[in-house]
Amino acid sequence: MKILIVDDFSTMRRIIKNLLRDLGFTNTTEADDGLTALPMLQAGDFDFLVTDWNMPGMQGIDLLKAVRADANLASLPVLMVTAEQKREQIVEAAQAGVNGYIVKPFTAQTLKEKIDKIFERIDGGG
Amino acid sequence: MSDATNDAAETQEDILARAEELVREMQAGNEERVQTLLDLINRSREEGIYHEVGKMTRQLHDTLNAFCEETRLDQIADEIPDARSRLRHVITLTQQAADRSLGAVEATLPTCDQLSTRIHRLGESWQNFKRREMTVEQFRALSSELEGFFVDAEQDTADIRSGLNDIMMAQDFQDLTGQIIGRVIELVEEVEGNLVDLVRITGTRLTPQENDKEKKETAELKPDVEAEGPVVPGVTKADTVSGQDEVDDLLSSLGF
Repeated sequence: MKILIVDDFSTMRRIIKNLLRDLGFTNTTEADDGLTALPMLQAGDFDFLVTDWNMPGMQGIDLLKAVRADANLASLPVLMVTAEQKREQIVEAAQAGVNGYIVKPFTAQTLKEKIDKIFERIDGGG
Repeated sequence: MSDATNDAAETQEDILARAEELVREMQAGNEERVQTLLDLINRSREEGIYHEVGKMTRQLHDTLNAFCEETRLDQIADEIPDARSRLRHVITLTQQAADRSLGAVEATLPTCDQLSTRIHRLGESWQNFKRREMTVEQFRALSSELEGFFVDAEQDTADIRSGLNDIMMAQDFQDLTGQIIGRVIELVEEVEGNLVDLVRITGTRLTPQENDKEKKETAELKPDVEAEGPVVPGVTKADTVSGQDEVDDLLSSLGF
């Protein structure tokens, strides 16, 4: 399982990376915004994307849309981990095809639940 | 400037014409006409000055009005108290993170100390056992202490792990406060830019239209749904969710 973590704050990337390692996901790579993440996704064989929303360059929501618009990446599971908590934004992310949405500050337990749920659905074919 | 010079030249021509008439009338001894002409010359000068002052006042008024509208100065004035609340919220968040980290350290250190003391004691007993300096009773005691230690050590290391995890999660303040401070920096930069504009306008009486194009272009680049950053109590007025549970409810209402 190869995971790309996208956040402009390195502290948050480290936190997510450590939490993922605790959950058994050791193969993680980091990017600091959508502009650097997109070519990495297109070039690499990532199985999962964890992204922030509010970033300079390309924002997480635009990265999500770009992923869904790319035939090779369209089915990549995307989990958004963000401080953005306007209802309008959550609806927008859902409509853009996000697989999970976590608001900061979050707990290790929340991250585990959302990831489990995403893979349950994928494994269940739903 | 050329308009002002023309006005002045015309006025001067008028004054010259009147002055010549004044000399003629004085030579003719027509005192009544002389008085009228003196009044006229004075009045025309005063009117010129009033006219100029009026024009300048109107121009300044229009420029300042346009400046306020175009630079959203009154909105910025509203945002200053918000910026204060944001910065206060940053203090709260950093305080919470520090308390949480120090709390976890204070809770975890005694566990480490107890673990270390027990390991030391067991180590000594083990050496005694290896040197065969141990009675059967002592060995039974060591054996039973070891068994208890294995159980406790598992719990203790789990507690230490949880403390470390807590310290790690507390560091999320850096991301959240960073986003909030970033917003305040943007506001400060905007205020600074506008103050520079204001100085420029009042110094040269230029209209602030030169910046307009640039500002409108930036505005057009903004996405439909803009990133807002973390919710700040007392500042965020938009329709937000209050936590993960509400996010989950909203998503499940959308069929997630």
